Parts: sequence; C-alpha cells; structure tokens
Amino acid sequence: MTWILFLEQCLNGLQFGLMLFLLVAGLTLIFGIMDVINLAHGSLYMIGAYLVATLTQATGSFLVAVPLGLAATAVIGMIIEVLVLRGLYKRDHLSQVLATFALILIANETTRAIWGLQALTLNVPEALSGSVQLLPGLHYSAFRLAIIAVGLMVAAVLYFVVVRTRIGMLVRAGASNRQMATAMGTNIKWLFTAVFGAGAALCALAGAMLSPLLVVQVGMGESILILAFVTVVIGGIGSMRGAFIGALLVGIVDTFGRAFIPPLLRTILPPALADAAGPSLAAISIYLLMVVVLFWKPQGLFPAGG
Amino acid sequence: MKKKLLCLALAGAMSMAAQAADKVKVGFVSTLSGPGGILGVAIRDGFQLGIEHAGGKLGGLPVEVLIEDDQQKPDVAKQLADKLIKRDKVDFMTGIVFQNILQAAQATVLGAETYYVSPNTGPSDLAGAGCNPYFFAVSWVSDSYSEATGKHMTDKGYKNVFVIAPNYPGGKDVVNGFKRYYKGNYAGEAYTKLGQLDYAVEISQMRAAKPDAVFFFLPGGMGVNFLKQWQQAGMNKEFPLFGTGWSFDQDTLAAVGEPTLGALNTSHWNLDLDNAANKKFVADFEKKYGRLPNEFAAQGYDAALLLDAAVRDVKGKIEDKAALRKALEAANFKSVRGAFKFNKNHFPIQNYYLRQVVKDDKGRFVNKTAGTVFTDHQDAYVSACNM
Repeated sequence: MTWILFLEQCLNGLQFGLMLFLLVAGLTLIFGIMDVINLAHGSLYMIGAYLVATLTQATGSFLVAVPLGLAATAVIGMIIEVLVLRGLYKRDHLSQVLATFALILIANETTRAIWGLQALTLNVPEALSGSVQLLPGLHYSAFRLAIIAVGLMVAAVLYFVVVRTRIGMLVRAGASNRQMATAMGTNIKWLFTAVFGAGAALCALAGAMLSPLLVVQVGMGESILILAFVTVVIGGIGSMRGAFIGALLVGIVDTFGRAFIPPLLRTILPPALADAAGPSLAAISIYLLMVVVLFWKPQGLFPAGG
Repeated sequence: MKKKLLCLALAGAMSMAAQAADKVKVGFVSTLSGPGGILGVAIRDGFQLGIEHAGGKLGGLPVEVLIEDDQQKPDVAKQLADKLIKRDKVDFMTGIVFQNILQAAQATVLGAETYYVSPNTGPSDLAGAGCNPYFFAVSWVSDSYSEATGKHMTDKGYKNVFVIAPNYPGGKDVVNGFKRYYKGNYAGEAYTKLGQLDYAVEISQMRAAKPDAVFFFLPGGMGVNFLKQWQQAGMNKEFPLFGTGWSFDQDTLAAVGEPTLGALNTSHWNLDLDNAANKKFVADFEKKYGRLPNEFAAQGYDAALLLDAAVRDVKGKIEDKAALRKALEAANFKSVRGAFKFNKNHFPIQNYYLRQVVKDDKGRFVNKTAGTVFTDHQDAYVSACNM
C-alpha cells in the first residue's frame, strides 16, 4: 500500500462523510427539536434527487436545476410537516414510526407512478467531468472534489446560522429543552415547519450532489436511512456539531474498513478465510464504531443538552 | 344457498376439466414491479410477441396466459404458484426472473408435475444433481456468462486481473464460473456489500493494484453505479473492463449511455446475430414496443416458441406428459440465438459470444458481436445429473 492510495481513500472517506452530514443535519434537528422519528427523511432525499435529475434534463443545466430542486423539495417537506407530522408531535414514537413508514411507501409508489420503473441516470456536468491532479500520481475526480467543497461550505454556513443567529439560538434552545423554549415564548409551530423545510432542502442537496454519481431510483432513500440514524446516534441527538463529527467519523471508518480490512486480513489469515471474513467485517465496521462510542458515551459524542 | 354455490363450483370445475384438451393455459409469474421489474417486463413483452408470432395460439390451440406479479418476493411467488397450479390448473408455468423467487415456487410447480420453462434464472443445482424432468431452461446456467468471460480473457493473454463482485452466494457463483476458465493471476479481489452504491474505495484500490484488466459482476443498479463512477474516475482510459451480458443488456445501455461505451461482455444472444428468426424478432419487437429488445426479452420469446413447438409436436394432446417431455426436449423451433439443443439436464448446449458496446448509425448504444467464445458449450454441472 502506498501513501497515495492512503490519501485517496482519505478523500473518499471525507467525501462520503460530508454527504452523510447533509442528510444527517436535518435529521438530527428534527429528531432533537421535535422529538419525531422521521423515517421518511430518506424519501425527501429521493424526491430531491428525482427533481434535480428531471430539472437538469429539462433545463439542460445542473446549476439551474439544483436551486430549483432544493426549493421544491423544501416546499414539499413543509407541506408534509403541516399535513402529516403536525398531528403526530403529541403521539408516541410508535405512531410516528408507523405514519412516516407509510409516507415512505406513498413516496415510493408516487415516484414510480410519475417516473416509471427505469432508474434515471444523470451525467456529471461537463466542466467537472474530468479528474484533477492533486499531487504527482494522485488523480481525483473533479466532481468528487466539488462535493467535498459543497459539503464544507454548507457545514460552515450551518455553523454560522446555528451559533451566530437568532434563528439558530431558537433552534438550539428547542433542541436542549423544548418545553422551556415554548414557555419562553418561542413560536414552536413556525420553527418546526422552518426546520423541517431546511432539513428537506439539505436532503435534496445531498440527493442532487450524488445524482450524477449514483442512479436515481425508487428506494434509494431507504438504503441510506439506517446509516443516517447510526450517525445521529453516534454524534448525539439534536447536535449540529455531533452530526458533523459523527458523519465524518462514519465516512472515514466505513471507507477505511472497506479499503484496508480485507487486504490486512489476507496477510494474517489463509486466503479463503480472509475472503470470507474480510468483506463481512468491513460491512459491520460502522456498527462496531457505534457500539464503542455508545459504551463510553451513551448520549453520543456531543449530546445537545450537555 | 350454500349447496347451490357448491353445485355451481363443481359444474365449473367439471367443464374446465373437459375443456383442457382444446385450450392451453400458461401461468406466467414474473417480477413486474419494484427495482427488478424492468427485467420481468422485458421477459413478458418477449413472451407475448412469441405468442403473437405463433398466431396468437400455442401449437394451434387457443392459449390463455395468466400473468401475475411476484413483486420480487418469494412468499408472494409461492402463493401465486399455488393459485395457478391448484385453482387455475395451468398446463405450463414460466416467467420467473430471480433465483431466490424460483426456489420458493419450484417445489409447488415441479411437485405438481407441471412443466416449467425458465426464461431466465438457471440455478446450478437444477443443472446438476437436482435436475428435474419437469424443469427446462431456455436461458443458461448462472455461471455460464462468466465462464465465457474468463475463457476470453485467458485467450487474450490477460495475466493479472482484478475481480469485483457482491458478497453473496450468487456473486460467489459467478466468480467461481469465471475462475474455472481464467488461468492467470489476480491483482486483487473485492467483495462488496450487496446493494452497495458508491465504489470510490474499490476503484482507488484497482488503480493502485495496476491490473491489466478488470472483471466485474454487479447486477442491477449496483452495476450502473459502478460503470458511471468507473468512467468519472477516468478508469475507462486506463484499464479494459469486462463484464457479463446482464450488466450490458439493451435496457441498461439505453438508460446509462456513455459510460458503457467500449465495455466488453459475454452473452448467448445479441441484436445482430445473423439468423432469420432473430431479424424478425428484433424488427417486430421494436415495431410493437418502440424499443430494442434485450436478452431477457429474447429468452421470453424463445420460451413461447418452445411451448408452441411442443404443443404442436404432441398434436395438442398435452395430457400425455411423457410425449410432451419428448417434444420439449426436441425443442423443434427456430431460436433467435441460432441453433441450440437441450442437454440431458434440460439446459441449452449453445454458443456464447463476446460483445462490445458501440454507437450505431442512429446514435444508440448497442452491443456489437465481436467474436464467438464458446461453440456448443455445455455447463459444468451436467455430469452430475442422472436423467
């Protein structure tokens, strides 16, 4: 193994972690502030990806399609919040899980009815389709670098909004003590809708940035959902900082697990056994990380109330 | 009231039994919805075109095709098979796309001594020790395509190949088929989680391992993602890529486009195979459905023609199971793949071709036949079949 490969895998991990962060930022706020388990979060990611892919094909420009798709998904998110979730805040988690699971099924079938069975594929925008030479011998996809840049930018903006603005203060107050925030006169109803819309827009951004890399298909939301919840739990429910650190940790651990565990095992175990154990061990590496974190920090790395 | 209903039901059942000889009933269970639905739809479209070409009949008898969607769920497929066999009393069954779905339904179908013609999945146990007189496959054994890829790469002198496949039994089967015929070394092997979407890690590994070619088996959406990322990482300019025909069927080429260009793959059929049956099939399929057919559609079409030929050869006496088996084994029809015959395990002895993805004169991405890898190839399991 060379250090070029190591650096390349670091970039892969960073890129994966930052995309995960976009998904998790909304989820952790919704989970933390509203105390709602929203299984349909992945569906917003799917809807965002479909909208951006379709708009790109219609307008011919990825740059035009992304803001339009984000805005549309945010509106859809807010409509869902007002129509469905608002009635669930007072109910227990089981009702929320049932209702949002129903939303997944509805979203999947509606998407299938509108876009059909065949998955959509979007090509990378022309300007970013090549690869960039970062160091001698280290070529990295320009689009993946763009994803890293967008992820870091969004993280900075979110940090500024949450830590430095009045809205951010209300959000933090809501996350650490909802009842007290309500008692102090915060308009929780409006705040919830806004947070849900923002979360939906972030989901759509993740969907948009990943749509040229992955096929856009029905069910893509569920595949990422479990990973998103794992990240929320590792980072600490309701904490933006936790979401960021957690997402990067999960991204790096998953990437390194896949990249380095199987070759490592092959050096110490017989090949047949290593081929059987390596991929399985790599696949569970993030769950091992979760177990380790929760053992020492049962509230996650950065609990919101702490 | 109850008695009356019972009488009606009995009368219905009796009249059905009396009609059995002047009509053929086919149960078609396939995956028509969900992520795998695109395959079932192709098979169904091919099958229906086959019946149309047989004059809307099978062997001269009026035909009724009962089409059901198994939703890619084994339990649903089992229930549908029960219903079709016990209530509808179908004469033949066909249609299933996936191996795990077939496994759920096969005991019901074969146990009832109903002939099943597989238009797709060909499990190796049914080709070997578990071969069954009531099971016929017009397709292939699940590792035949990768055997052909391995053979071609050995023939071309590749010595250091990187292999990637999902970490599940089906993936291992396909890789084993590849290894049976590929004789060189391995630059690396990656077994990924089933359903993995991002292959950046593995692509980085491949580039570092400097193989002289890459063989991949990643069915469905996994393969599409891999191909896109392969192209985006610029790997298509550095390393030749080989795969199985399933990753480069016509529906996939139409959807994915550019990233597939130039890729080499193996299949038992192609659009451009030069025989009269295939020309008619391709032209009429495009006219009827507005798209080019893929191998799944070709297999569905051949399944219909096989049934047509068998019913014709027994002169409509489909109750005579022994005669019907002989007629099915004879496979007295013009297949779109060209000449083929059934081995003693009821799997085809057929050619496998190398194909390359090119742009045709209308700007569409299609496979062009680039050579014959195997001529009259038998699968590796037939010797274990005592039939």
